[in-house]
Amino acid sequence: MGLLLIEQAFNGLQFGVMLFLIAAGLTLVFGIMDLVNLSHGSLVMVGAYLATTLIEWTGSFLLGILFALPATFLVGVVVEVLVLRTLYERDHLDQVLATFGLILFFNEVIRIVWGPASLYSGLPEGLSGHVEILPGVPYPTFRLMIILAGLLVAVLIYVIVAKTRLGMLIRAGASNREMAGALGVNIRMLFTLVFGLGASFAGLAGMMLGPLTSVEPGMGEPLLILAFVVIIIGGIGSIRGAFMASILVGLVDTLGRVFLPMLLRSMVADSTADGVGPALASMLIYILMAGILVIRPRGLFPARTG
Amino acid sequence: MSADKLWITWAGMALLALIPILIQVFELPVFYTEMFCRIMILALAAMSLDLILGFGGMVSFGHAVYLGIGSYTVGIFSFYEIDNGFIQFPATLVICGIFALLIGMMSLRTSGVYFIMITLAFAQMVFFLGISLEEFGGDDGMPVYRSEFGGWIDLNDPLSFYYFVFAILLLLLFLCHRIIHSRFGMVLQGCKSNEARMQALGFPTYRYKLAAFVISGMICGIAGALFANWNEFVSPAIMHWTRSGDLLIMVILGGMGTLFGPVLGTVLFLLLEEYLPEWMDALLFPGAGEHWMGVMGPLLILLVLFARGGIHSLLGRLRIRNG
Amino acid sequence: MAEILLKTEKLTKSFGGLVAISELSMEVEEGEIHAVIGPNGAGKTTLIAQLSGSLRPDSGSIFFQNQDITQLPEYRRSSLGLARSFQITSVLQNFSALDNVALAVQAQAGHSFRFWSKARKATDLREPALNVLEKIGLSERVDVPASSLSHGEQRQLELAMALATRPKMLLLDEPMAGMGVEESQRMVEVLAELKGTHTLVLIEHDMDAVFALADRITVLVYGQSIACDTPPNIRSNPEVRKAYLGEGEESSETFVDE
Repeated sequence: MGLLLIEQAFNGLQFGVMLFLIAAGLTLVFGIMDLVNLSHGSLVMVGAYLATTLIEWTGSFLLGILFALPATFLVGVVVEVLVLRTLYERDHLDQVLATFGLILFFNEVIRIVWGPASLYSGLPEGLSGHVEILPGVPYPTFRLMIILAGLLVAVLIYVIVAKTRLGMLIRAGASNREMAGALGVNIRMLFTLVFGLGASFAGLAGMMLGPLTSVEPGMGEPLLILAFVVIIIGGIGSIRGAFMASILVGLVDTLGRVFLPMLLRSMVADSTADGVGPALASMLIYILMAGILVIRPRGLFPARTG
Repeated sequence: MSADKLWITWAGMALLALIPILIQVFELPVFYTEMFCRIMILALAAMSLDLILGFGGMVSFGHAVYLGIGSYTVGIFSFYEIDNGFIQFPATLVICGIFALLIGMMSLRTSGVYFIMITLAFAQMVFFLGISLEEFGGDDGMPVYRSEFGGWIDLNDPLSFYYFVFAILLLLLFLCHRIIHSRFGMVLQGCKSNEARMQALGFPTYRYKLAAFVISGMICGIAGALFANWNEFVSPAIMHWTRSGDLLIMVILGGMGTLFGPVLGTVLFLLLEEYLPEWMDALLFPGAGEHWMGVMGPLLILLVLFARGGIHSLLGRLRIRNG
Repeated sequence: MAEILLKTEKLTKSFGGLVAISELSMEVEEGEIHAVIGPNGAGKTTLIAQLSGSLRPDSGSIFFQNQDITQLPEYRRSSLGLARSFQITSVLQNFSALDNVALAVQAQAGHSFRFWSKARKATDLREPALNVLEKIGLSERVDVPASSLSHGEQRQLELAMALATRPKMLLLDEPMAGMGVEESQRMVEVLAELKGTHTLVLIEHDMDAVFALADRITVLVYGQSIACDTPPNIRSNPEVRKAYLGEGEESSETFVDE
């Protein structure tokens, strides 16, 4: 039982770290550009597809990802310049509709180029084994690598945002966009850069997800909605909030799915538990979100004031 | 909405009333009657969204949820062999009202980007709830018998069903029209325009927005109940978040803030959904039609950028130029 | 001794590191026109926002008619008799001038959960609205959409909406902002007519208007009140002159003895 707990806790951490990669870019875009971008999930998908193909071409997992990252960055930049720039001044409804249109477009492009069936993206040989994270506790190497990579990126993001000039500009922009513009910051370049970075992180999440789940059209959207939940809980514009909330959501969702049905079975009749358990488990995160909203309507660490 | 634009509503409803007759006259298959029936049902859902979106400024990205709740209310009653429409439909109103009240209470404490995301998240939650109801078909859904109205009307007859839906659409259009122009409607529209101002004037805006949200949810629930009847099937698919996106598109396409615009938008959207693949196959190359969504996407972006007023505003301009 | 209608005690408000209002205590007597002046950034709009309830102070209290309203939500202050106009025009753009004012009347006419009768046909809303618009001088423009009104007319509409809620006290945030000379003079006449029936707290930069209208003036500098007195005393107050010295020509013109 303890073994299960540790294993699932690590899975929750892994899931959370991946959500963070997606949510980080999203929360910055919301916070700095005040842009509702539904197509962020598409970037996860694009990253996964590019990586899978490049891994096949180069024969190496590492090379594949190394090439797929800048490629995803480029896709993000192109989307920003061509479509998103026209939306910054628009109201949120316009942004929602236009980026919804982008999702339809991306999904279809993927279908045309790669076909509607899911792609096979295998675990790289070097990482397909197990590692003992604690004595007697084996854990899939690949998942462990995801956790480490994700934490590394989290540290990287923290360093950029807290310690560099770019980060200062980002923070200024996140808390008050007009003020940042008045300070003479080249807002256009900043936006493009921020969006491109966010796209890369999202793509990275997709690349790491590939071997674990199926790479198929529309794979990004369920994750997008979870990323929304993360941002609502963490607070718009806050990287720290996104991180805390991602880990929280990752843990609650993973542990909830495994242990809630068990817990219920020990409390009520088996038949009721089996009926209600899975339903409750899949709704758990949203119930959590609702609960947090009641006490903190702006999330746990809201960054925006104006 | 000004009186001179009302002609669009009258013309539109008159056309809709005539459609089954025209179909009989031209001896077209009954499929077309059923197609327009479905259009009217979803138009009702779109109109309910316009109430809070076009007039209240609330961008709800989770409205398809009420279609689902309405459908499942009828579905679950049918499952337990209670086919009496006089029980099912009022129950739909109550249950959807309760859901809208709960979701609205939590969502309306926020605004802007938060509100959009929260309505989406709650919709997703109900979607998952629907999938997990194994007893009622779970992922696959389950069949449903059409509601019985004690001999007053036979919903199994396509023509009767069509005019039943038409009557409900007409009635609810009229009621919404009264609501928009009432004192309540003035407050709602004021909230869309400048909520801070409304609060300074002394209106507890949260209460009014919540009331509108609940009314909207109930109307959409009726659409859901009708949909379950039309489809003779309920499934969680109708609550998928992309359906909520479709509803938003239908409202904007037709003309937001006009009440009848969404009806026009629904007609156009569903006709596109039905025929765009065929046209693409014919105009481009066979097999192109499979990728009709790839055309809808950019079309949607263009719509947002250049034709924000939708069909309704285009038609409105016609009159002025001629008259 | 006139009754104190509005009183603040040690009102404080900061935004992050910036202190906007610092331990401000002031009193407004019933029936007076009390102007609040000060250089830009002195905290005048922040003060109005706290008095009307759209901002909560960090500490301190606000009393209206001896009732502590510090924590009272904004929409409830209106029924107590407190009305506000905005510095940045906040009329409802998609409504006509008459609709705007009628809505203000409606706010005080009980609850609005009435779903059936047409609001535009309600004479108990339309007539008082028309009266206010006439008083303000907009009777020719009642059916014009607010978005089509000139800037000056929109400022007039702002005042009309505040008046239509039949308040005891009006909080006016730069009602003449952006108005030309003629329009400003007309506004001054309208405001002067309100004396006696209403109490006004008036933020203005237009010194001619302030000195023409005010019974008393409070001078706000960096969120603190440095003086509160009658216009002639304010004019000759050395502290006040010092605070305004950086303002250049405006100050020397304004404060030169006539």
